[in-house]
Amino acid sequence: MTRPQAPWWLRLSVVGVLLFLYLPFLVILLYAFTIEDAAFTFPPPGLTLRWFGAAWGRADLWAALWLSVRVATVATGAAMILGTLAAAAVHRARFFGREAVSLLLLLPLALPGIASGIALRSGIGLLDIPFSFWTIVIGHATFCMVVVYNNVLARYRRMAPSLVEASMDLGATGWQTFRHVLLPVLGTALLAGGMLAFALSFDEIIVTTFTAGSQDTLPIWIFQQLTRPRNRPVTNVVAIFVIAITVIPILLANHLTRDTGGVAGGGK
Amino acid sequence: MATWLYRRPRLVLALMLAPPLLYLLVVYLGSLLAMLAQSLFALDDYTGQVVYEFTLRTYASLFQPANLDIILRTAGMATAVTLACALLAFPLAYYMARYASPQIKVALALAVVMPLWASYLVRVYAWKTILAKEGIVSWIAERLGLGGLLDALLALPAIGGPSLSVSLIGTFVTFVYVWLPYMILPIQAALERVPPSLLEASADLGGRDGDTFRYVLLPLAFPGVVAGSIFTFSLTLGDFIIPGIVGNSARFIGLAVLEQQGTAGNIPLAAAFTMVPIVIMAVYLLIARRLGAFEAL
Repeated sequence: MTRPQAPWWLRLSVVGVLLFLYLPFLVILLYAFTIEDAAFTFPPPGLTLRWFGAAWGRADLWAALWLSVRVATVATGAAMILGTLAAAAVHRARFFGREAVSLLLLLPLALPGIASGIALRSGIGLLDIPFSFWTIVIGHATFCMVVVYNNVLARYRRMAPSLVEASMDLGATGWQTFRHVLLPVLGTALLAGGMLAFALSFDEIIVTTFTAGSQDTLPIWIFQQLTRPRNRPVTNVVAIFVIAITVIPILLANHLTRDTGGVAGGGK
Repeated sequence: MATWLYRRPRLVLALMLAPPLLYLLVVYLGSLLAMLAQSLFALDDYTGQVVYEFTLRTYASLFQPANLDIILRTAGMATAVTLACALLAFPLAYYMARYASPQIKVALALAVVMPLWASYLVRVYAWKTILAKEGIVSWIAERLGLGGLLDALLALPAIGGPSLSVSLIGTFVTFVYVWLPYMILPIQAALERVPPSLLEASADLGGRDGDTFRYVLLPLAFPGVVAGSIFTFSLTLGDFIIPGIVGNSARFIGLAVLEQQGTAGNIPLAAAFTMVPIVIMAVYLLIARRLGAFEAL
């Protein structure tokens, strides 16, 4: 069946919307090279590479970057363990309160970020825990866990349940089953979930604003920069870098979960 | 040992479920309940300390003109953003569902989702750059001779301002930009589920293109629109970053919460403000479920 051709105005609006979605990135790229340091004149009066050097030399930027990396790593690590456990549990059995647990695991992503943020801040404040690296991690781990949970659960659902039983029937111990049967099947989903979680944690600002003490993660650093009128293009340089750091893991995660869902005979 | 565990599935279940569940229950749900509890306390006007007595005074103060103003402004912006996103998303979603070849469809799906992953803060900052007085939009407006139109827009009361990047119009545009992919995908999913034979049948029965669109396609795509609107509405309600970066100093719920719990130390009021989007979204989700949006997600 031949596909009908779209009317010209439809194609035009498609191109228009796509341009709308992507032009801002080009603008960010452009203004990383402008000579001016406080205004956004278009067209830029001149081009220079000095902001890259300026960004490299900023100690506070490196500190913020390092903090973001550490937080993302720890939060993702915790999330991968907790999320997989939760997915395994929800998938394997029907237990009392299963629906409630599924809903609970949906809340961190469903509620507005500000609700999560202020809730965590209230909770942490009530327990008199000082705001520190660990409070940031707690905040991030909450939604990272949900992301990993979703990915792993989706992969579980596409896996043939008989695989585990078959493995046990053939004499494998629990550990062997886990290592040689479950892990390969879940592997890429776990990796994808982990990378997604890392990227989300790296970029997170709303909850972090509430759970951080005096520490600056990279997004918080950027946010503070935006209120300062000097050296604006440094923010652009950082922005380009941040885009790369968050887009590449997501692309990889997308690639990993694209095709494989099960193994041969997975239709049973 | 594995066999022993295998024969006690409930124990395994409990062991597996315990860590994540405990974490979520204690840390997350506990905090949410703590916040809800906070909103039922009030700030003593004289001492500035939180009085730990159960009262509805804080919620009542939400109805004061200043606070009500904030709530209505945020809800109004959320509505406007949702409508604009729906309008902009529909053509692209329609094209993807009905006209795009499988390869183009995959490419377009990726193209729509990618901006979402490229750092929210950066995208907002980009619009501050674009909308600045000396920026691209002004430049284009001058070139096209639309400078007068731009000034007229900026002169509008309440939503105008000295330049687009410090006006509510700018806030609106930024919101629409940031949430647009969230609206495109559910609409596309809903449109895909419409069997082409249905549209052919409508044409066979004498319906013109416009009628088919209005009476067949649109009602079937509507759940997708509602599904997308859940995101745009809820995300706008709680946001404080975008109004803080691109906008005049008019208060939105998110900014009010940040302010109240920070310098003002008025945690009960901040908590009460936070409950507003939660309650609105709970009602919204109930309605959306009725309209079939959950199948379209």
